[in-house]
Amino acid sequence: MPTATYDGTLVPVDDEGFFTEPERWTEPMGEQIAKELGIDTLTDRHWTVIRFMREQYAAKGTGPTVRVLGKTSGVSVKELYQLFPKGPAKTAAKIAGIPKPRGCI
Amino acid sequence: MGKHIVILGSGTAGTMTANRLRRAYDESELRITVVDQDDSHVYQPGLLFVPFGLAQPHALVRSRPHQLHDGVDYRRARIDRVDLDARTVYFAVGGWIAYDVLVVATGARLLPEETEGLTGPGWGENVLTFYDLPGAVGLHHALERFEGGRVVVDVADMPVKCPVAPLEFAFLADWYFQRRGIRDRVELTYATPLDGAFTKPVAAKALSGLLERKGIELVTEFTLGEVDGKGGRLVSYDEREVPFDLAVVVPLHGGAEYVERSPGLGDELGFVPVDPHTLQLPDRPEVFAIGDAAGLSASKAGSVAHFEGEVLVRNIGRFLAGQPLDGSFDGHANCFVETGFHRALLIDFNYDTEPLPGHFPGPVGLPLMKESHAAHLGKLAFEWLYWHSLLPGRELPGIGSAMPERGKIHLPA
Repeated sequence: MPTATYDGTLVPVDDEGFFTEPERWTEPMGEQIAKELGIDTLTDRHWTVIRFMREQYAAKGTGPTVRVLGKTSGVSVKELYQLFPKGPAKTAAKIAGIPKPRGCI
Repeated sequence: MGKHIVILGSGTAGTMTANRLRRAYDESELRITVVDQDDSHVYQPGLLFVPFGLAQPHALVRSRPHQLHDGVDYRRARIDRVDLDARTVYFAVGGWIAYDVLVVATGARLLPEETEGLTGPGWGENVLTFYDLPGAVGLHHALERFEGGRVVVDVADMPVKCPVAPLEFAFLADWYFQRRGIRDRVELTYATPLDGAFTKPVAAKALSGLLERKGIELVTEFTLGEVDGKGGRLVSYDEREVPFDLAVVVPLHGGAEYVERSPGLGDELGFVPVDPHTLQLPDRPEVFAIGDAAGLSASKAGSVAHFEGEVLVRNIGRFLAGQPLDGSFDGHANCFVETGFHRALLIDFNYDTEPLPGHFPGPVGLPLMKESHAAHLGKLAFEWLYWHSLLPGRELPGIGSAMPERGKIHLPA
């Protein structure tokens, strides 16, 4: 199992860098991951999405898709792409320290 | 008088469930009512073949009540909503029906109007879908008129019914244009919101290889934001563009409309969020969902409905007897992927195990993940099986609900 060091702490991640133990995540870790993904500053709007991702994961065991995010997070799909240009569902999941959202097959 | 089971929807899942229950229980033990709003049961796997002139549209449609066994009541009505507390289904034009057990089997609905521009200029002309019968017929005519240019097959976003059908369409389009002798004048593109041709790594690799061999361009992580029919452009939310002369779009899917009007029944997309193993709605033990209507991370395919059905009937029986549920659905799905030139490949997988090579259903059987003429014949034979064996609620010998492990070769992705 690969690991990564965020905020001075070693955490297990999957092959693509998603957290496998979301309870190990902290907000400063989220900020560091965001920087590595090219998002220098996390605004309130970013945090709205990140917290929503974590809540959804806690409730449903998987992060939401972009479409569900657009319908339920209070942030439109267009804005989601402005906030997280390289695919909001995956990028926000990575920053939020939850596993990669399961795409439906 | 026995308990009353109400099944909403008489497509693949609803019809099989009603017939399986009727075979398992006497009429004095169980009253079964099936509700649907029209009389047309469409053999949906056949829709793929209509655009290429390989299936006749009228041959795909049969009467819904005629597929139900004697002793199953059929009620033709539009559903307004379900009141979970009152255990009652209300109809749109008045009337209601009470249930002891409810099975939601109303499938998925196409929502083309939810994508900007999709139903605007060009819709039905150079922007089409084959996911319903009128669309498939329209596409047949559009393909007949097509003399060359850019054809793009695009999946707007997941989940969709039969996620391999768009890939099959691209493979068949390659075959179709070759047969017409104009393949060199056609650019074929496959655009998907996924990060590969398929979600599961081993299958994605194999299917991408097939696309490459057939000269079909693959565009990944393309979530459809806007369709410009006039300008011939598909635009993703991250502002990439795919130009087209003919766009074959699989629109967004949602659950049935009444689900949204029924408090506590559906999720944000109108699917019913049942337990992935028991198919029971949390906190509502008398409510189950099956097939495309269920909000599960399983494939929306007829085979899934079939495998779920075995578990569902067992669970309903145990629920009625006051016993704890033990039927455990593993997410088993099984699809023939038509690849053109009279060949197909078979994939078999579940929640935890991705499609793997080997054979199905055991060490001796149809090859998995490998193109063969046998799999193509299997796909064609399936239509007869569907009407005469699966819908009537018969089990297929040697093929059970649980995904078989024997015959599979585990490979690293």
